[in-house]
Amino acid sequence: MNTQKSTSFRTRTFDFGSFFFTGVTGLATFLILAILAVILLNVVINGWPGISWHFITAGTERDMFDVKQAGVLPMIFGTTARVILMTIFVIPVGVITAIYLTEYAHATSLITRFIRGAVNNLAGVPSIVFGLFGLGFFVNFIGHQVLNPAVWGKPALLWASLTLSVMTLPVVIVATEESLKAIPHGLREASLALGATKLQTIIRIVLPQALPGILTGGILAVSRAAGEVAPILFTGAAYYMAKLPTALNDQFMDLGYHIFVLSTQSPNINKTKPILYATVLVLLLLTFALNLVAILVRAQVRRKLRALH
Amino acid sequence: MATTADHDKLNARRSIGWKGMQRGHRTHPLEWIAEKGILLVSLSAIVMVFLIFLFVAREALPVFTGQLNTASGQKVIPVADMEKLSPAELEAYLGLTPEQDAKMDADTKRTLMEVKLEELKEASTDKDTRVNTASWRYFLRPFQWTGYNKPVYIWQPVSDIQKYNIVPLLIGSLKATLVALLFSVPLALGAAIYVSQLAHPRAREWLKPGIELLAGIPSVVLGFFALIVMASVLQSVFHYQSRLNAFVAGIALGLAIIPVIFSIAEDALTSVPRSYTQAALALGSSKWQAAWKIVLPAAIPGVFAAVVLGFGRAIGETMVVLMASGNASIVSWNIFDSTRTMTATIAAEMAEAVVGGPHYRILFMLGTVLFVVTFVSNLVAGLVIMRLKSKLEGKR
Amino acid sequence: MKKLKSRIAIALAGMVIAGAAHAGNITVTGSDTLVILAQKWAEVYMGKHPEVKIQVSGGGSGVGFAALQKQSTDIADASRPIKPAEKAECVKAFGKVPTEYKVAVDGLSVYVNDSNPVKELTEAQLADIFTGKTTNWKDVGGKDMPITVYSRENSSGTYEFFKEHVLKGKDFMAGAQTMPGTAAVVQAIANDAKGIGYGGAAYGGGVKSLAVKKDEQSPAVLPTEETVLNHTYPIWRYLYNYVNPAVDKGEVAAYLKWIRSDEGQQVTKEFYYPLPADLRAK
Repeated sequence: MNTQKSTSFRTRTFDFGSFFFTGVTGLATFLILAILAVILLNVVINGWPGISWHFITAGTERDMFDVKQAGVLPMIFGTTARVILMTIFVIPVGVITAIYLTEYAHATSLITRFIRGAVNNLAGVPSIVFGLFGLGFFVNFIGHQVLNPAVWGKPALLWASLTLSVMTLPVVIVATEESLKAIPHGLREASLALGATKLQTIIRIVLPQALPGILTGGILAVSRAAGEVAPILFTGAAYYMAKLPTALNDQFMDLGYHIFVLSTQSPNINKTKPILYATVLVLLLLTFALNLVAILVRAQVRRKLRALH
Repeated sequence: MATTADHDKLNARRSIGWKGMQRGHRTHPLEWIAEKGILLVSLSAIVMVFLIFLFVAREALPVFTGQLNTASGQKVIPVADMEKLSPAELEAYLGLTPEQDAKMDADTKRTLMEVKLEELKEASTDKDTRVNTASWRYFLRPFQWTGYNKPVYIWQPVSDIQKYNIVPLLIGSLKATLVALLFSVPLALGAAIYVSQLAHPRAREWLKPGIELLAGIPSVVLGFFALIVMASVLQSVFHYQSRLNAFVAGIALGLAIIPVIFSIAEDALTSVPRSYTQAALALGSSKWQAAWKIVLPAAIPGVFAAVVLGFGRAIGETMVVLMASGNASIVSWNIFDSTRTMTATIAAEMAEAVVGGPHYRILFMLGTVLFVVTFVSNLVAGLVIMRLKSKLEGKR
Repeated sequence: MKKLKSRIAIALAGMVIAGAAHAGNITVTGSDTLVILAQKWAEVYMGKHPEVKIQVSGGGSGVGFAALQKQSTDIADASRPIKPAEKAECVKAFGKVPTEYKVAVDGLSVYVNDSNPVKELTEAQLADIFTGKTTNWKDVGGKDMPITVYSRENSSGTYEFFKEHVLKGKDFMAGAQTMPGTAAVVQAIANDAKGIGYGGAAYGGGVKSLAVKKDEQSPAVLPTEETVLNHTYPIWRYLYNYVNPAVDKGEVAAYLKWIRSDEGQQVTKEFYYPLPADLRAK
């Protein structure tokens, strides 16, 4: 062994292995980020010229395929409406389930394991199976056999929202659980020591602390649901509607569905490309931006709560 | 109140004092109702999974029990002879259930007879009409239909003779998923190793969310991108015949599952205790040796679970393959051939299938198969992750 | 801006009133071939009759018939005639055979890439290509390259019509790429020099229509308004609207009548070929 270099191990020879390995994995990381950047840039560059105040606020009264006259307001409205309805259903159920799992359930009881297993599985069910479920359960069973078929037995805004809420339930549950677990026990015990009951503690102390996390969960659910098309294919999306949906049993137009139809049905492909890109950009702004906001909020919340411990 | 000894006993039975309260304390009746209500609502997750399986499998049940029959070849019965048939014969001839028969008046039945006459007149005289194409023999094994010169696997449900062989669809789904895994697993794993072990901690803070942002792109946008941009680019690079094929769809699918595999693998790698890495470094290994030879093997179960979940997600993805795979139901392992997956088939054909008819039920059967496959892969991944967690926590 | 705000406000307020059924709502579903035209009809008609609401969806002729039978649509658009089995389902569902109205005439074009030297084919050659018997362009007078066949999804009336009338009931070849719409077919062929496909009239650079011969002796005919309307172009068809007779009254009947009137047929001219005078509504 060379005594002159015995002080440092790693600078003895150029560490090819480390360099190579770091290089390869770093390349993989870079490649993924590069592809993401390419997709975003492609959409922004091609879609930006088509976006205008008119595009976002005009309806479909005039030519849907002419980039100067087309508008996507009905699609934005439809997507927003179904997402808002979904939130109304999913947040209460998701938060209550998360509360049960963190505050009440025994870690090893059978029910807990079943609930957790069910939540994990819900997260993995293919989106088209949700569409089938929405069709078979909501439209055909509840719509046809339980309620008035003429009014409720067709694809409708309500059914699409309910289907989406089942689909995004795991997202809300996981995000809420994460935020509930991060709240230090000291808070709960202090509240109990002051004489509050368990339920009061949960409602008045724990939940308000967990609100940012619930918000994150809601935003993630919204961002996921806004972009999904497969579940709404048979449960409510329409290709063209003259006016905005005004009742829960109306169909609705949708950004994602419109992108799908435009990519495959438009009569003049070259004429449609600008509108297609602009619509994709609008959808990306909606989902992507929401995702970004959720991630930032979550990071900030984590930092704040870490300070509490 | 309880002494320390009692408190310890309580804690010994329950993990945390807060939860120990559940048995001991007396609740206000309203709160008791509220707490039971909370339990009920939480069961909804289980109920939902159960309902999904129930309603999807329910529609597909006749397929599994072999009760479907598409064989025809009935003899024509003139309309005037309607009166001569017994109710049971009439029901069988017209394909009515007893409830439907009871609801109809004579005029309607006469109209049905006339329509049936039309149908039989137009019916094919092909010998294959006597075959029950909706039986498992025809779902899975090849058959030589009229007009073909060898036994083939054909999925062509809209036809005089409906052909429901699902082998092309199974192979299609598997092909696209395999390409997706081959493309995404090295990339996602490489990135996971880099981000969790080798990168500067500050870089980690924006690298991880950056890659997870890929998950924020809706699958319809990925499908659109594959259809409009990637297909042309890849075709000019590789010079294959079909512009839309399993390769293009597989790459786009891979993009969709990279965030899934990355998140879970990265979580698994970071939950390996730092002490392992520190011990390795203290013994003189370099960073990469520690990562490759110590941390990765310790996290292998988590990585395995990540890949399994990626598989489940890829096989269930619909919009990407619907737009980018060419949708041709061929039996071929060549990835540059167009392919038709189960998910795209359901999405494309469901709306036109007559409710309750054989096509409808077979599509629901495909849905059930998808549900079971993803259920099993989720179960496996979940069990593996649980075992990994307890192993690592036990050693902590 | 005011119009926008008031529209949103009204819509949101209306959303709170759950589940009110809407009279005066006409639902049209079915053929993708017809969906653009159906939307244009709806637009023009609603311009003249603002109190009527019409909503249009596509999905394929099969979708329209399934919806008609489920009674989830008022009018079913179709690019092929209804099949007896579908008629039977309708009778079982609502007791009557649906009324058929012809609403336009269409010629199915056979598309090939602009660069393809082949200009005409007989119906028999087309059948051989689409069933997979002929696999190379040189067998029909083109360059020596394999043929890529583009077809439609099986929910499409165009698919069924082509299968029945050109393929004479035989199956499409398994390797045919199924595209979700005529536009997708045209787009694919524009990017593929070896491609061949079929569809309703569509516009796109990079493709051309083939002239079709009924048999070896007949002249090769390109699809134009004249040849389609006088049926010298062999692959022509009617486009249909089907409706439940019980629903065919009031606003629905008025709308259907308007579609078949001279005014409605003016709109048809933009996309397909209008009905001959003897089939129009007075």
